[in-house]
Amino acid sequence: MSVLEIVAAAAIGLGSLLMLATAFGVAVFPDFYTRLHAAGKGDTLGQALVLAGLLCLGGDLTLVVKLVLIVFFIFIFNPTATHALARAGWVSGIVPWVRGGQDPGAPREPGA
Amino acid sequence: MPVALAAAVVVILLGVLVLLRRVIVGPRLLDRVVAVNVIGTKTIILLALVGYLAGRPGFFLDIALSYALINFVGTIAVLRYYEGRVRRGEPVEEEA
Repeated sequence: MSVLEIVAAAAIGLGSLLMLATAFGVAVFPDFYTRLHAAGKGDTLGQALVLAGLLCLGGDLTLVVKLVLIVFFIFIFNPTATHALARAGWVSGIVPWVRGGQDPGAPREPGA
Repeated sequence: MPVALAAAVVVILLGVLVLLRRVIVGPRLLDRVVAVNVIGTKTIILLALVGYLAGRPGFFLDIALSYALINFVGTIAVLRYYEGRVRRGEPVEEEA
């Protein structure tokens, strides 16, 4: 195995573990906003690591361009989708979770 | 190298299984949308990995690229519909 292949395997392993952590975060976190926090960050970095690992495996120029394009698109799309989700949650009046179940503030009217 | 790729595929599929629980239990519609969005990102990576495993990465990366675009447009479409219903004061959650 060459050095580049070891780097590729490490990046792919790390990235897939990060994506698994994202999945567990979305599954077990207590409320909508905390789940969004896990979904927005872990997946964006995880996919970049995996695709960077695939990039290390080499290939012709079209392959490199496609991989870079996928990473570029997801780097734009994932935060945008997360932002839109958070805004939809806020508009529909979802109250952020607070440790111990204290009152996080006066309840808001939907659409405010 | 194929072993590392296959291991990554298995790990990501495990993540999809964990996320499916969130899609099923909800409890809100938006929680399901978050989980489906993350599953979509994982599908893109799965497509890329399977492409390298199958020895035809160029072909599979094309599919992954178009899936990225469709996934984003789908999420935004659902959210615009949802926000429109909220702003018009229509019910957005099914009754339990």
